[in-house]
Amino acid sequence: MEFGNSGSLREDGIHLDMDRLKKGEVNLGTSIMAVTFKDGVILGADSRTTTGAYIANRVTDKLTQVHDTIWCCRSGSAADTQAVADIVKYQLELFAMTNRKAPTTQTAAAIFQEITYSNKDRLSAGLIIAGWDERHGGQVYSIPLGGSLHKQPYSIGGSGSTYIYGFCDANWKEGMEEAAAVDFVKSALREAIKWDGSSGGVIRMVVLTAKGADRHLYLPDTDYKVRHA
Amino acid sequence: MPGFDFSNYNRNAALHARGVPLPKATSTGTTIVGCIYDGGVVIAADTRATSGPIVADKNCEKLHYIASNIWCAGAGTAADTEFTTSLISSQLELHSLSTGRKPRVVTCMTMLKQHLFRYQGHIGAYLVVAGVDPTGTHLFTVHAHGSTDKLPYVTMGSGSLAAMSVFETQWKPSLTQDEAVKLCADAIESGIWNDLGSGSNVDVAIITPDKTTLKRNYIKPNERSQKLRSYAFAKGSTAVLNEKIIRKEDISDFVSVHEIAVEGGDSMEVDT
Repeated sequence: MEFGNSGSLREDGIHLDMDRLKKGEVNLGTSIMAVTFKDGVILGADSRTTTGAYIANRVTDKLTQVHDTIWCCRSGSAADTQAVADIVKYQLELFAMTNRKAPTTQTAAAIFQEITYSNKDRLSAGLIIAGWDERHGGQVYSIPLGGSLHKQPYSIGGSGSTYIYGFCDANWKEGMEEAAAVDFVKSALREAIKWDGSSGGVIRMVVLTAKGADRHLYLPDTDYKVRHA
Repeated sequence: MPGFDFSNYNRNAALHARGVPLPKATSTGTTIVGCIYDGGVVIAADTRATSGPIVADKNCEKLHYIASNIWCAGAGTAADTEFTTSLISSQLELHSLSTGRKPRVVTCMTMLKQHLFRYQGHIGAYLVVAGVDPTGTHLFTVHAHGSTDKLPYVTMGSGSLAAMSVFETQWKPSLTQDEAVKLCADAIESGIWNDLGSGSNVDVAIITPDKTTLKRNYIKPNERSQKLRSYAFAKGSTAVLNEKIIRKEDISDFVSVHEIAVEGGDSMEVDT
């Protein structure tokens, strides 16, 4: 039995059905990216979560840890991506315990793909998986809506990414130093936030290297210039 | 397997297809809020329940018990918030008994989100989950589709915009208990006055590591006052045109009374 658009059960005031595929719910109309550099990989994201025209959370954390040095950037439905990330987090913990060694980024990405592809009709989840492991160093995998898996030197995603394809193509360089990579991610996300109405708030970053995970926070109050944490 | 019976959904959809309007669920308009302070967490709610444009209940309870140290404020479909919170409350109690530990707020939040995600938003429960456990003080929002947020201050329901405007102008990182209660009550009042879906009174719950205090009807800004004057008609306002008195013993002239024999069964049974 399909859920039609008629009837009065759905009316809820705040929920304007803005998106295409799915139901009126919490969305991450987003700007996310992950970039490999000399010593590892950097994940970056804005912090805006919306329900229709309302910002449900202006300081969202879209960078989610699924293992010690394997993280993901979430875009699309908040509920779907949280549910998928929770399952993968559990699977990776189980993997680490049974094999007595940390999973590789590729393993994590493959588990993500398994779930997103087999439920492709029911999910709206655009994910970027980034991680650092002993064997391969920093790596980036992207899993767009259909559930395909792409290994990339860097990846951008979410509604805001369309505005920065040119910027990233022109400015990304192989094997950047950490400071240069942080600068690259920050200035790309600044542009995405500037042009995309569905992106905004603070810029969050996670730097993954041999030393582990390091969180960055940049606020619009200080023009995204000062690192706050 | 715990869960809900959705068999009436198919019936209603079939009836709806033939032009019968769908049944109206109670309460979508609501203001609920929560705020963390230095010694614990405060949640608050208005007390109006609506069914379309009708106020179905002027003083309902939207603050739900989960465990002694975890409480939940509910917006959305009244029945769904009621049943979802009591279901999770039961499961959490059993979980607590089997592990021998105090229930945790994250556990409660995870159980709620997984339950709601399974039903893909068909269970219209929008919740503010708050509590204090051995790991600290926590405050979450859970949306009907199963997404969650963790914030120092939160609002939900149709009055969430009005309430959030109060938090965004008055909130500060360090609050005393009295300040947090005042802030939450002010946010709810903002919903009561500015949102059509919210109204009546303010309920507040204060959760600390030691105890939970539920302040039912903490503020009653909509007390029914004495009518300024009586609208009863004075005796003799209506002219008496004629008068006829029927005495009790003469009633059979106007009404015929028949005794009906009862053939087996209970006399209460109207149909066979």
